[in-house]
Amino acid sequence: MSKAVVNAPAEKKKSMFSKSGNQKLIVLLVVIFLFIFFSIFSENFRRYTTVLSIMDYSYYIALMAIGVTFPLITGGVDLSIGTGLICYSLAGGYLVVHCGWPTWAGMLVSVLFGVLIGLLNGALVSIMSLPPFLATLCTCMITRGLGSICAKSFGISWPTTGSEGSWFRDIFKITIGDTKYPLGLLWVLLLVMFMAFVLNHTKIGRYTIAIGSNKEATILSGINVKFYHIMAYVISGFFAGLASIAYSAVFSTVQPGTGAGFELEAIGGAIIGGVSASGGAGSVGGSLLGVFVICLLKTGLPYIGLQANWQQIITGMVLIGAVMVDILKKKRAAAV
Amino acid sequence: MGDVILTMKDIDKSFPGVHALDHVNFEVKRGEVHALMGENGAGKSTLMKVLTGIYTKDSGSITFEGKEVEFHNTREAQDAGIVIVHQELNMLGHLTVAQNIFIGREFKKGIRIDDKKMNEEAAKLFEKLHIDIDPAETMSNLTVGKQQMCEIAKAISHEAKVIIFDEPSAALTEAEIEELFKIIRDLRQQQLGIVYISHRMDEIKVITDRVTVMRDGGYVGTLITDECTKDDIINMMVGRVIYEDPKTESAVPKDAPVVLKVEHLNAGKMVQDVSFELRKGEILGFSGLMGAGRTETARAIFGADPKTSGDIYIDGKKVEINNPQDAVKCGIGYLSEDRKRFGIVVQKSVAENSTMASMENFVKGLFINKSKENKVAQEYVDSLATKTPGVDQLVVNLSGGNQQKVVIAKWLIRNCDILIFDEPTRGIDVGAKNEIYKLMNRLAEEGKSIIMISSEMTEILRMSDRIIVMCEGRKTGEIDISEASQEIIMNMATREI
Repeated sequence: MSKAVVNAPAEKKKSMFSKSGNQKLIVLLVVIFLFIFFSIFSENFRRYTTVLSIMDYSYYIALMAIGVTFPLITGGVDLSIGTGLICYSLAGGYLVVHCGWPTWAGMLVSVLFGVLIGLLNGALVSIMSLPPFLATLCTCMITRGLGSICAKSFGISWPTTGSEGSWFRDIFKITIGDTKYPLGLLWVLLLVMFMAFVLNHTKIGRYTIAIGSNKEATILSGINVKFYHIMAYVISGFFAGLASIAYSAVFSTVQPGTGAGFELEAIGGAIIGGVSASGGAGSVGGSLLGVFVICLLKTGLPYIGLQANWQQIITGMVLIGAVMVDILKKKRAAAV
Repeated sequence: MGDVILTMKDIDKSFPGVHALDHVNFEVKRGEVHALMGENGAGKSTLMKVLTGIYTKDSGSITFEGKEVEFHNTREAQDAGIVIVHQELNMLGHLTVAQNIFIGREFKKGIRIDDKKMNEEAAKLFEKLHIDIDPAETMSNLTVGKQQMCEIAKAISHEAKVIIFDEPSAALTEAEIEELFKIIRDLRQQQLGIVYISHRMDEIKVITDRVTVMRDGGYVGTLITDECTKDDIINMMVGRVIYEDPKTESAVPKDAPVVLKVEHLNAGKMVQDVSFELRKGEILGFSGLMGAGRTETARAIFGADPKTSGDIYIDGKKVEINNPQDAVKCGIGYLSEDRKRFGIVVQKSVAENSTMASMENFVKGLFINKSKENKVAQEYVDSLATKTPGVDQLVVNLSGGNQQKVVIAKWLIRNCDILIFDEPTRGIDVGAKNEIYKLMNRLAEEGKSIIMISSEMTEILRMSDRIIVMCEGRKTGEIDISEASQEIIMNMATREI
């Protein structure tokens, strides 16, 4: 007994530095550094309202990133989450605004729609053996078209603050007294903790990592790889559905035909946060931190006088850095 | 040794065009280590795949613990107690040791996987095997040897009664092999039946009780290890087959100029201090068992893999070859053993493949001179007698032998004088083989110099003017064809260094 007690802290420490912990720590430091950097160089950035707007911009990307971490860890990708998000929001919003459905039902439709597209992605990848890039590129196009059809090509405004059925906007930003609080951050953090548990301590997560490590060996271990492979995409679709709710709640109008490119911010965030571009490794918490890096750059750079174009260039360079770290790690591992 | 636990009788298995197993017999007793030996392609792996349910047998019977059995997949075999420790390790690098061992049958607490219990169980397992590995360590952080120990532990945890080791020592260091043997002796003590597949003659003598030899898919015989010599086993492995027209003496004059000289070449573990000379018009055979380092040597010469040290001279002049472009400039052409991956672009035409290595001769300004390309390609189709409806035919539609000819044309058009053929007739049927042989002989007569890497003894003896034998990354022998025989080569190929 006493031996175990002595051993426990040592083991914990080791695993923190041998696994993705190292990179998570670096990314956390980058987030803090960026925040301080922008705060020093821009007076406007230091305001509470800026923090609120960064949060607003980060929820839907963070939710997508949590979900897409799973297909990424299997060695695949999900490109359909960006246009999917808009599609699910339009579909649910149309029912609420034009058909008089209650808000909660519209939200449910958004999420279920996401799960359905996730199921389709999973089936294409796992059963039909389509390369994930292609399969989800197809569903990316399909959802873009479907979204426009759902909304009859018009923008949809979910119930605005103050009107009936607008309670769902308070889920993400609640006003108590005169102050607004970024309540969404709490939900995102809870979901990150929950999905980190799923990834590290349940069969779904374990086999997601196993598939990404060595799919052949996973099959030979007698595991129903097809099922778990599909599940990774279902999780991604489910979180794209949740992200669509965040998007509906934060923005006043949802425009059909938009959404392309959102997925890249989520995937970029996940990779900055330590998800291996070739599968097998990654963490949900890391993905969240990576999204914060991207969102800080996106909102912060304009404050110090750099245009949106520069934000893209700098984000791209940060991504290259993150991928290089991954490759170097792998080289070092191969040298052992 | 106890009673017989596993009997395979009259096992027969055919694949399209190949009779892979021809009425093979094999048995394992409790508490014995039984070696399964044979040249590359003798059918050892196929037999074990039939046993563990990866292949289905055409006829014959498998009796396990007194009952006739038939497994449909590895899982069923595992559940019955027959497990295989593969040569390529089936591990999941991102998971921990314990997670690997219990993959697919995790301990659970509700929906939560109980990693703590898995670590404890793995630790118990290691204790039983006297292995010192931390179950919580990430798999990819372990050495290959330790990873193998984990595979063995995984096998034991299935309550295995028969364990098959498929060339377990191939990637291990001396010390690790010692440890492996200790474990195997332990398992033998515990009355498990062990099948040990290996090429290393010395290991066979140390660790096994009996030896079964296979050749060309057939069963040759079973010997008691203590009662036979290394030569007995080699004789059984090579057999006495009559070849059509093996070369009896070198066709190269003694004073032919040396076109390629390699001195003290080193590249990783698989190429250690290799030196040799290649003369004009010579076919130099590279023989050895799988993993002897022949392909690695060729790739290092060709610049495809980095070399750590060593000098290369072409026509007496020292050259620097750091990548394949340099090698091609020096007139070296490499015909890969894996044609589809490295040799040809199957979805391109014969003409496009033929000119791929010498594009600059077929470019006029910005454009490819199609008519010149077709004309030259046609010339080589004619001279090599490549069977294709036309030079615009996609290579994917050609047979293996004709694909090989397109690759040869590619290097001839590039004016390569030194050609490295890596397994030139792999995947090519018998008739086409003869044609490739004739072509190689003709090229040599025309003054090209050829390095031929081959795992087929018949091919080596039939084609080579001189033979270099490698074993575990070192050159272990060099012999003129007039003095060569299968036994001598096999002896060199299994030589202890």
